[in-house]
Amino acid sequence: MSKVQLALVIDLNVCVGCHACVTSCKEWNTSGWAGPLTDQNPYGADPTGVFFNRVQTYECGTYPNTETIHFPKSCLHCEEPPCVPVCPTGASYKREEDGIVLVDYDKCIGCKYCSWSCPYGAREFDPVQGVMKKCTLCVDRITDTTLAEDRRKPACVLACPPAARIFGDINDPESEAAKAIRDYGGFQLMPEWGTNPANHYLPRRKISMTLHKDELVRADNPLKIEGELPRPSFNAPSIDDLSGW
Amino acid sequence: MRPAFSVLFLTTLIGTGQGLLIALVTAQFFFVIGSGPSGESGAFYALGSALALALLGLGLVASFFHLANPQRAWRSAAKWRTSWLSREVILIPAVCGLTLLYALDHWLGWTPVLMVFANGKALDLPMALGFAAAAAALVLFVCTGMIYACVKFIRQWSSSWTVINFLLMGLSSGFTLAAAYAGLMDSVLRDFLVADALAATLLAMATRLYQVRRNGHVRFRSSLKTAIGTHHPQIRQITQGFMGQSFNTIEFTAPGGAGTVRGLTVFFILAGFAVPAALLAASLGGTGGALLAVAVASQFAGLLAERWVFFAAGVHVQNLYYQAKA
Repeated sequence: MSKVQLALVIDLNVCVGCHACVTSCKEWNTSGWAGPLTDQNPYGADPTGVFFNRVQTYECGTYPNTETIHFPKSCLHCEEPPCVPVCPTGASYKREEDGIVLVDYDKCIGCKYCSWSCPYGAREFDPVQGVMKKCTLCVDRITDTTLAEDRRKPACVLACPPAARIFGDINDPESEAAKAIRDYGGFQLMPEWGTNPANHYLPRRKISMTLHKDELVRADNPLKIEGELPRPSFNAPSIDDLSGW
Repeated sequence: MRPAFSVLFLTTLIGTGQGLLIALVTAQFFFVIGSGPSGESGAFYALGSALALALLGLGLVASFFHLANPQRAWRSAAKWRTSWLSREVILIPAVCGLTLLYALDHWLGWTPVLMVFANGKALDLPMALGFAAAAAALVLFVCTGMIYACVKFIRQWSSSWTVINFLLMGLSSGFTLAAAYAGLMDSVLRDFLVADALAATLLAMATRLYQVRRNGHVRFRSSLKTAIGTHHPQIRQITQGFMGQSFNTIEFTAPGGAGTVRGLTVFFILAGFAVPAALLAASLGGTGGALLAVAVASQFAGLLAERWVFFAAGVHVQNLYYQAKA
């Protein structure tokens, strides 16, 4: 079996664009041992800040025939990460054991070269600490054995109200994540660059029902009339064999 | 891309330094193989390569301003197997060291003969050190160019023309500076270097203009369709997810618009290439170095603008995700 590759599978059909994953991500990762995700001028006119996860909104089509797509975006933990080999210090690396792409903040010199080599804009530089930051897949949560097993998931996954985010090993065919990719046509972003992102997205799915005319009329209505049927006699057989009324 | 002044100064200063070093080595070689006048004094080469060393050093200082954690800069030599940036970090001190040896050897006048060829010409220690330093400088040009050329997500940079232009513009500015230096020192090398500088400047102008033209119609491999994986012919972003700024909206956009890029493009073609070429042509066969010094100043200003345009004209793929605020 191939190596473990932890990743997120995000269902665009379910995401409602509430930004709960954004705020829970910021809350968890700004409170950790690695120090805050700093903001600059947070309450001023032109705020900036470091986030690992953003929810964007796109619209397809022409009004009134439009479709809104809420699109959460974070590091995709590519299986061929272009940001890793360009790092001159080796601060940017991909973990062997679970495939998470991480930055060693103690080695990063803040040259920003890795961010140039990411087509997804997943890396955000922290100007206060002077190091490059990115989604860690909440590596400090998912490996924390003091937490209950069902809580060892990234903060964004636990926060998502409609459960649009699935976390798991995409190389394990039995995992929920791999099954979702397989069954619902999971796809990767920008496949043309050969980065082979581990995070997958599930497409928007149209759900419609075709009703034929005979389905509008009760086919088992012997009197061919709508309305309340006459009460059956007390000893007549009934549908559930228990009661007629 | 946002032009960072630290990188603008780094690449122009070390490019000129490397070019100057290569010009001095070329001039020395010209005397070794030629049958003309006996050559220049060791002090001429020593002072010239000290100037090159100063430029390389200034570039190195400028590069530290680009790092947020410069105290860890030593770590950046670690990944030379995969990273062009790491290779550059190793080569800059290597070129500096070889230049220092070259300058010192000329200054001390220590010229033991290392090799004698069948035609009677000999390779002495300063010439050998010069070859080593020039070779390292050439490799450094390739490393600097490849740092940008290997960023495949910026189509304007991702081409061999980036490397060729870094090389030719460095040689052009270096030879122009060497010509001015020879002119001011009343050296017999003046005309040789002026002619070389003129050729390099015209060649650099041609290739840089070609890249400007090529960048006018590069094709992008990604679109919003592949960016969000939705196969709809009409997609637009309603919001990038935040109202303010982020690293992604600051680092990947240049201040000023297309007008600034166009204006500075005209400026760098004139100040960086056309004016120095005219001044070089005008001073062919003359004496003195005043005109050539003006050419050096004009070209340096022009090349700074050229580097600014190089960054500002680079459009990164990630900008697809950052188009609208709501």
